[in-house]
Amino acid sequence: MDEPRVDELTGRPTMGHEFDGIEELNTPMPRWWLWTFYLTIIWGVGYTIAYPAWPMVSSATAGLLGYSTRAEVSADIADHNLSNAALVEQLNAVDLAAFDPQSDLHRYAVARGASVFRAQCSQCHGSGAAGAVGYPNLLDNDWLWGGDLENVAHSVRHGIRNETDTDARYSEMPAFGDILEPEEIEALVKFVPTLAEADWDSAGGVLFADNCAACHGDLGLGDRSQGAPNLADAIWLYGGDSESLTQTIAKARFGVMPAWGQRLSEEDVRAVSTYVHSLGGGE
Amino acid sequence: MDVVKLVALGLITLIAAYASDQGLDIAFRVHGFIVLVVAAGLFIHVLRRVDEPKTAIVATDYNDGPVRAGVIATAFWGIAGLAVGVLIAFQLAFPALNFDWAQPYGNFGRLRPLHTSAVIFAFGGNALIASSIYIVQRTSRTRLFGGGLVWFVFWGYQLFIVLAATGYLLGATQSKEYAEPEWYVDIWLTLVWVAYLVIFLGTIINRKERHIYVANWFFLAFIVTVAMLHIVNNLAVPVSIWGSKSVQLFSGVQDAMTQWWYGHNAVGFFLTAGFLGMMYYYVPKQANRPVYSYKLSIVHFWALIFLYIWAGPHHLHYTALPDWASTLGMVFSIILWMPSWAGMMNGLMTLNGAWDKIRTDPIIRFLVASLAFYGMSTFEGPMMSIRAVNSLSHYTDWTVGHVHSGALGWNGMIIFAMIYFLTPRLWNRGAMYSTAAMNWHFWLAMIGIVLYAASMWVSGIMEGLMWREVDDQGFLVNSFADTVSAKFPMYVVRGLGGVLYLGGACIMVWNMWKTIRGHAIVHQPISQMTVPAE
Repeated sequence: MDEPRVDELTGRPTMGHEFDGIEELNTPMPRWWLWTFYLTIIWGVGYTIAYPAWPMVSSATAGLLGYSTRAEVSADIADHNLSNAALVEQLNAVDLAAFDPQSDLHRYAVARGASVFRAQCSQCHGSGAAGAVGYPNLLDNDWLWGGDLENVAHSVRHGIRNETDTDARYSEMPAFGDILEPEEIEALVKFVPTLAEADWDSAGGVLFADNCAACHGDLGLGDRSQGAPNLADAIWLYGGDSESLTQTIAKARFGVMPAWGQRLSEEDVRAVSTYVHSLGGGE
Repeated sequence: MDVVKLVALGLITLIAAYASDQGLDIAFRVHGFIVLVVAAGLFIHVLRRVDEPKTAIVATDYNDGPVRAGVIATAFWGIAGLAVGVLIAFQLAFPALNFDWAQPYGNFGRLRPLHTSAVIFAFGGNALIASSIYIVQRTSRTRLFGGGLVWFVFWGYQLFIVLAATGYLLGATQSKEYAEPEWYVDIWLTLVWVAYLVIFLGTIINRKERHIYVANWFFLAFIVTVAMLHIVNNLAVPVSIWGSKSVQLFSGVQDAMTQWWYGHNAVGFFLTAGFLGMMYYYVPKQANRPVYSYKLSIVHFWALIFLYIWAGPHHLHYTALPDWASTLGMVFSIILWMPSWAGMMNGLMTLNGAWDKIRTDPIIRFLVASLAFYGMSTFEGPMMSIRAVNSLSHYTDWTVGHVHSGALGWNGMIIFAMIYFLTPRLWNRGAMYSTAAMNWHFWLAMIGIVLYAASMWVSGIMEGLMWREVDDQGFLVNSFADTVSAKFPMYVVRGLGGVLYLGGACIMVWNMWKTIRGHAIVHQPISQMTVPAE
């Protein structure tokens, strides 16, 4: 049992053990395998000398190359900032009301703003800026709070209906479910989608003039000074079907946007505003 | 003895009844009810047999009942785990498959750990337990130690799986990858695992061979190390003993490091060392050839188990983890390359003189494919642990592709070989019912893996490149959502790969059914049936 024998096929001796019929050959380790293994060990020793590796009592060896992942990324960021420093300075100084869309600075602002938008804004407004239910489309020329560059920048910087910025855009529609009877709300739901060719003598028309016109205007065309949407343009932020309209009128809506001036640098606020303004609907 | 059993089971039943009524959360109450049903059933079972005379069974043959149960459990959980995998693959491609009516239970977030635990611990774990107790008896030429204790291990492990799986669906998780089960499920697994260690070690101590066979070194390393990993990573304090929630002992980067020390060694010791134990038996046995090199097996065994345990920090490159730990994780991972490959070499070179069997023997084909995928994944792993490569691959589908080329290729294929090897032997059939079905299974599985791995490599590298793509002024070019929509075609291909792999496994189950039910037409008995214990 424990006597080594020679395996005829390979000519190698066996170890002489047998387990359930399994024998083992006494083959030496392949040289290429052994030397590759040694090489990886030698490389490993060298690498741990060159790079931070071995933990000591209160800190670790720093490595001969002085490498650090944090230093590496800081250097990358510093390089990037340095290469754009002149443009950033100009962007922060430019008068937004008179920003020339043909200038190199404008092209820089749009490129920078697009990158900010992808990272910070696309989650709600969509990566193509086409918006979603409750999140305005930024490609069209329908603006709740004004579509010139200064107004867009104000909305970005201070946000909408948030509690962190006292300059945030603010308005609040009442929940008419607490004020009107259900059948009156039903009449309004029927009336509002017909605003473009409205019958002002209908029950809905009278109710609209009494309850809604104060903010949304006599013809329902909206009022940007208080973010009251235009109701006659067939563009609906929360949906124009009767179920959505009933919900909107009875419970009201209260869309919130953060104050990005508290999270982004001044140049990023200006850049992303310029980008949004350049998307097609800017005024 | 029966009185002690009855008192214990009665107490457990009462506590479980209280837990199922007074538990603080739904998962705990459902688990209380499951334990109540199991304990009450066992109580009645013991009570009905209390009068029967105890006949001392002095069995000297191999204890194969639990292996038979383990083979069936492996196939059952395999189908379950793969099916959930296919579902969540398509959920990623088509989010509408997170059906509203199935919320929150059928959400991707709850099904994903169900898939990973089902395939690793239920499918892989049952294969490991069944293989290890089959192999340790034969290579030690002695009956399994511990008598009926092995049935506690088998059924206790199934109960662990059921508690873990239902817990995930009901929202009980400690949110640690591959260690999601909550505190009481962890304690139960610890008890089962210690019993497993006792029967395995006892059998080795009782062995009739002078030496311990290499497969058993790997199994023992797997059992001991998994116990250590499981206990340390799951150290937690329950918020209440009547609720499932617990608070981790470690926090912050220490917690992350402990988790990935555990997570990487779940791969290293569960899916590598344990499965190498399987390989070291099934390959020489099926090829009927001596193991290529005993020296290589000694050196790579010690190198593998020494090096693997340090490699965990490569999961945390470029995070809050200090650079020194990250460097060490990477260096140990690369030194691990050759010891990992030695397992593949020892398996493949054992086929010297038997290579022609790849054409004729489907089991050999499964084993060779398994070893080939093992070699690929253990080259890819060290490569991905290099910081510069990791900065591209981390958080992308490349990681998912890497894991699945290991799991579907190495682990899956060797488990299928195990099932085809063991089923005719355990049920005394001459051979599997259909060789053609085994070939169909092989090719479906192979095409499935290729579709899966290739689509995830493409998707992962594309995603990594898109994330880091900047224009000439240094600004990001893509938003995250752009990368998600770009991956859609690859997600569909990946799902189709999963369907093929699952289809192959279903053919295997049909083939097992026909074989076990005795439909097999025996042309010739299996050559090299194992020698008896005494």
